Amino acid sequence: MVTEIIKIENLTKHFPILGGILQKTVGYVYAVNDVTMSVREGETHGLVGESGSGKTTVGRIIVKLTNPTSGKIIFEGEDVTRVKGEALRNYRRKVQMVFQDPYASMNPRMTVKSALLEVMNIHSMHKGSEYEYATKLMERVGMSEEHLYRYPHELSGGQRQRVVIARALSVEPKFIVLDEPTASLDVSVQAQVLDLLKELQKQYSYSYLLITHNLAIIKYISHRTTVMYRGVWVETAPTQELFKNPQHPYTIALMSAVPVPDPTLKREKIILKGEPPNPIEKVVACPFQDRCPYVMDICREKMPPNTDLGSEHLVRCWLRA
Amino acid sequence: MLLSVRDLIVEFYTYRGVVHALNGVSFDLDKGEVLGLAGETGSGKSVTAFSIQRLLPANAKIVSGKILFDGIDLLELSEEKMREIRGQRIATIFQDPHTYLNPVFKIERQFLDVLEYNDPEIKAIRNKKEAEKVAFEKAVEMLKKVKMPAPERVLKMYPHELSGGMKQRILLAMAYSLTPDLIIADEATTALDVTIQAQVLEIMKELQREKNLSVLLITHDLGVIAENCQKVAIMYAGRVVEIGDIKKVLTSPKHPYTQGLLKALPRTDKEVELVGIPGTVPDLVNPPTGCAFNLRCPYATEICRTKVPPYTLEEGSTVACYLYGGK
Repeated sequence: MVTEIIKIENLTKHFPILGGILQKTVGYVYAVNDVTMSVREGETHGLVGESGSGKTTVGRIIVKLTNPTSGKIIFEGEDVTRVKGEALRNYRRKVQMVFQDPYASMNPRMTVKSALLEVMNIHSMHKGSEYEYATKLMERVGMSEEHLYRYPHELSGGQRQRVVIARALSVEPKFIVLDEPTASLDVSVQAQVLDLLKELQKQYSYSYLLITHNLAIIKYISHRTTVMYRGVWVETAPTQELFKNPQHPYTIALMSAVPVPDPTLKREKIILKGEPPNPIEKVVACPFQDRCPYVMDICREKMPPNTDLGSEHLVRCWLRA
Repeated sequence: MLLSVRDLIVEFYTYRGVVHALNGVSFDLDKGEVLGLAGETGSGKSVTAFSIQRLLPANAKIVSGKILFDGIDLLELSEEKMREIRGQRIATIFQDPHTYLNPVFKIERQFLDVLEYNDPEIKAIRNKKEAEKVAFEKAVEMLKKVKMPAPERVLKMYPHELSGGMKQRILLAMAYSLTPDLIIADEATTALDVTIQAQVLEIMKELQREKNLSVLLITHDLGVIAENCQKVAIMYAGRVVEIGDIKKVLTSPKHPYTQGLLKALPRTDKEVELVGIPGTVPDLVNPPTGCAFNLRCPYATEICRTKVPPYTLEEGSTVACYLYGGK
């Protein structure tokens, strides 16, 4: 029996646009429009999409850096959408986040040691043995005790990202949101960090939500994957199934657009026309209609329903409905 | 041979000391050829591009080496002559299109300035109004070539009204409008989403074929190189470590760094086990002696730590490594 650690239902986030001298709301940025997905215990769930697809906003809503306009977050069976105070602090201990730019997410005036101890103190964890635990964490992420006394600028990009991961792990979370965790790293270092994340998951069965635009990373590390386009989830499937048998025209085009470093491979590329629609327009029908090669009349009128194709493969497209 | 870079050495003078950014870069680019320049951050890809254009910042110096462009040594040219080459014969497209468009002028003004300053045909027209008209028509025609929808309308817009993909296409149109012999694309599609990147690369391919241009495509993405280049040069710590046909270099890499890079690359086309390269890129203020890769190389021997390896030809690729060509 698989248990879901976190589940989001019909999540929507509209950011108001303020204008005029009275700073009235003159419109909205429709960032996330009805996203439903779940992450299972010990699973990596990939959330993939291009810039502006709303994937980062979903991550920020999950760690409660911003509140959703509507929709629900259910963590370990409890509705945490509107939790406050002690309950929120408790939730934040179990749910941690790692951001894209490790330099921006560290205080330049704090040593690695004080950064790690601060988080433990806030959550009153490992009282009396904070230092020992910090040392243990450093080893766990492939660094040494000596690094505890360094400042962020004395570390390389890969080392910084390891420290940020160690900081997230310091409160023994169950679920970690990874927002483009390797986007600022070079490939040779990226591979080290990805393997570290994989290894940690194997040993301590963390659950990850991996937000990225990089399909190759998704294929390497995710068990299941959700594809987003313009704030709408368009397809969810186990990663292997998704790569073997993509169903949504956007997923198919996205996969074909990724350059492959094998010059002997001959394949037809699908070049999509146009660009994603403006996020200040409300999404009422399929957001992909203007770029879709198979667009039909109904695509312009109504939002496609969720279609279950079996073997956990869900798609949102009128072609498959 | 259109472009021939020989033993280029470039240093940056900083408060930390002298950064040895390029340590003897050599490669050739034929007419009509697309050469990829690949490598990680700090490997010297962009410094190479800036050196060819002679646009290095004030604290950098080309210590020695030659850059032969169509038989002319660019490093010997006067600034005035160099400016002519820069506009008309070598054009560069950079990573972030937003930085290279002036936010306070409409696209039209910026595009027409490029043409009026550089295009010999338009420069020859005495009447200012007439010249503007011809330039405007040429701008529209070029924007059509890069598949810009409604080019006349786009010309009346400011840069902030356009998306990243559209801005990059405007810069492409500007670069190609002067029919240069050489295009340097420095991470030109890195900031774009993959579906937009595919559009832009397709346009670049068409323009390259139409005019039989030479392109130096600088990117860290080996996928982009595999799909767009004929040859690739892999750079590490300011040196080309391997250069050859993409089919050779990407399918049977010779240099341990190239091998490591390919093994560290997550892929969409097949299942792989990733192996990272241990350690990090060396600090170029204090570069290691001998081969710059020796600290991370699984095959490093005594000679690698003392002497810089020369180039040897190994199965069609040129490699700088002591594993090949006898000791």
